Amino acid sequence: MVKKYETPMLDVLEEGQWPSFISGIRRLANEHPSEFINNITHSLLGQLEHSYETRKGYWKGGTVSVFGYGGGIIPRFSEVGDAFPASREFHTLRVQPPAGNYYSSAMLRQLADSWEKYGSGLVTFHGQTGNIMFIGTTTDNTQHFFDEINEYGWDLGGAGPCVRTAMSCVGAARCEQSCANEHKIHRLLVNNFMDDMHRPALPYKFKFKVSGCPNDCQNAIERADMAIIGTWRDDMGVDQDAVKAYVESKGRKYIIDNVVNRCPSQALSLNDDDTLEVDNRNCVRCMHCLNVMPKALSPGEDKGITMLIGGKRTLKIGDLMGTVVVPFMKLESDEDYERLVEIAEEAIDFFAENALEHERTGEMIERIGLVNYMEGIGLEIDPNMISNPRESSYVRLDEWDQEAEKWNEAQAEKAAG
Amino acid sequence: MSENATPRPPTESGCPDGFQYMHPVMIKNFGNWDYHEDPEPGVLLHVAKSGDKIWTVRCGTQRILDLFTLRKLCDIADEHADGFIRFTIRSNVEYMVAKEEQVQPLIKAIKDAGFIVGGTRNSVAMISHTQGWLHCDIPGTDASGVVKSMMDELIDEFKEWNMPNRVHITTSCCQINCGGQGDIAINIQHTKPPKINHDLVANVCERPSVVARCPVAAIRPALVNGKPSLEVDEKKCICCGACFPPCPPMQINDAEHSKLAVWIGGNHSNARSKPSFQKLVAAGIPNNPPRWPEATAIVKRILKVYKEDAKDWERINDWVDRIGWPRFFELTKLPFTKFHVDTWRGARKSLNASTHIRF
Repeated sequence: MVKKYETPMLDVLEEGQWPSFISGIRRLANEHPSEFINNITHSLLGQLEHSYETRKGYWKGGTVSVFGYGGGIIPRFSEVGDAFPASREFHTLRVQPPAGNYYSSAMLRQLADSWEKYGSGLVTFHGQTGNIMFIGTTTDNTQHFFDEINEYGWDLGGAGPCVRTAMSCVGAARCEQSCANEHKIHRLLVNNFMDDMHRPALPYKFKFKVSGCPNDCQNAIERADMAIIGTWRDDMGVDQDAVKAYVESKGRKYIIDNVVNRCPSQALSLNDDDTLEVDNRNCVRCMHCLNVMPKALSPGEDKGITMLIGGKRTLKIGDLMGTVVVPFMKLESDEDYERLVEIAEEAIDFFAENALEHERTGEMIERIGLVNYMEGIGLEIDPNMISNPRESSYVRLDEWDQEAEKWNEAQAEKAAG
Repeated sequence: MSENATPRPPTESGCPDGFQYMHPVMIKNFGNWDYHEDPEPGVLLHVAKSGDKIWTVRCGTQRILDLFTLRKLCDIADEHADGFIRFTIRSNVEYMVAKEEQVQPLIKAIKDAGFIVGGTRNSVAMISHTQGWLHCDIPGTDASGVVKSMMDELIDEFKEWNMPNRVHITTSCCQINCGGQGDIAINIQHTKPPKINHDLVANVCERPSVVARCPVAAIRPALVNGKPSLEVDEKKCICCGACFPPCPPMQINDAEHSKLAVWIGGNHSNARSKPSFQKLVAAGIPNNPPRWPEATAIVKRILKVYKEDAKDWERINDWVDRIGWPRFFELTKLPFTKFHVDTWRGARKSLNASTHIRF
């Protein structure tokens, strides 16, 4: 006998034009052939209604894992399980999506069939860390479900103090702004750290995110411990006939107001013949003009990536954006990609050894200083890493001469090629 | 049982290869796209250097999908979109087709199935969020319900291109802020210190870790009623809730005093200005299920002014940079209070040390 609950507050969320998650859960509760699914979703609705009435959450964490792993599952035990027994255990499995979040309907159906056997029937594509979230099942069933989908190519993601599931944008598969093979970067980086993902033993989480251009659709600079952003270092591509066509269709004022004047480094000028002059040495690769005129303007040919480290949200010391640690590197040869993975290994090793418990990389850098961090992971400092040099005179400069000499030597070496 | 005696070792396969699920036109033209156009709201047309084209139709869903809905999305893919689906970072569904004549039947099928086509270019995009009371262990509200309520009211802005530039809204049920930075963010802001169940602390919480989590060093170990526990210096406490996840007996959520706050101007993109963090504009908004009308009203008020006053391509942060914060508060008629003046580390950088004042 399926136990049902009155849910007057949730019922209100079935109204309105936007698709309702409550209607979906209710359909599982009332119409799905599986009694397990009917029970667990009715019970879930009951507890959720109780939360709406009392304005409190009633889930508690715990320890649930699959054989061989220490993470990847978000355990949920109900604090009000006596009142809502069928959803007393309601664990979520975090499963890594393919790079770029591509699926075939056949694969989604296969995942749905497996989840139907072992879970509540609720799933989200994707959580904010990038995982497929299979929401709601018992401890036993987490193992059964994982065993089944792992057989056909799906692996758990990260949860807890570990390397987390990575994210990458739609990328070179569909986007003309892409300056990198996001797919390859994403998989190469994260798949190198499966041990650090599945057996949480770091001070805290470590996230990779990959965006193919500085529009940063994956929010990597703000949300990733290591952000990889595609960029270019030669001249941007300009199709002057297409520029003229934009001027023709939009008007000169529109192009001046919305393209030329919005350039943050004043690197654009509209010529008298309606062609565009670009000061490429001063272009900061912000993407604005390319976004407005995608037919006329494009990234250059000499593509690569910029790496930033240390982005994170509020707790504990406040929000931090990532900081540039590699202004530009090519990603073409196998050696280039090996070097990328090597930097990531250095970053994670240094994090593991030097961060305090529950401290993110960005917070550690704030505590020890960027210079110490750069030395720790074996990268050279560069003026592209700062917005401005120090404003405070409270600093010891004993070794100024040696440091200046180091810079001069490096510049001379560069000039010699 | 025998299966318990010989547990199956996992295959640590990691992140799957997406190429196996990619439309053949996208594989063929990988890295060789030329430009894109926006034929109509919710539809993208990408043109490759080879001349090949791919149309994308984007639609919004309820994000927390039941299997009926997931299979409905698959049916649409099979019947109208060559069997391919992808998801955006804001949990929209994207169908990709290689022939123009597939586009309108696809749009019709999506709409007939109850999903909402839109969310491209200068629209209000789908609100990014996580679960809330449905599944999280520390939530102050139900992000899923807030989002459903707001999207019901913002649905026309999702379907159209009415905004000066794209608007990314986020919502979060605690200060961990899984929704992330947004042009507009609707986040829980607690206003009272945690209520401590001293009978449970010693058994449930690793006390030194909890002490270490506090951003303002307001927590210290204490003996309460003869039991080892923790106490909070309530004058120092900033009600952030950082102690609650590692120590559930320090209950921070409060039916009355956990409020919603609205922040604006968070922007991840490097376009025009550098990426920016969101700034507080409104707080003390009741956490009012099932429809949260007060929060939605403030979001709509901000959107209305932005739509009227911002210039083309200005995101909300660009717009406020141009008009200044006094004008923002004047135009939106939101109260400016002492709480808008930052007091955290580095706060002086946010003060106006100039005579740059608009009259």
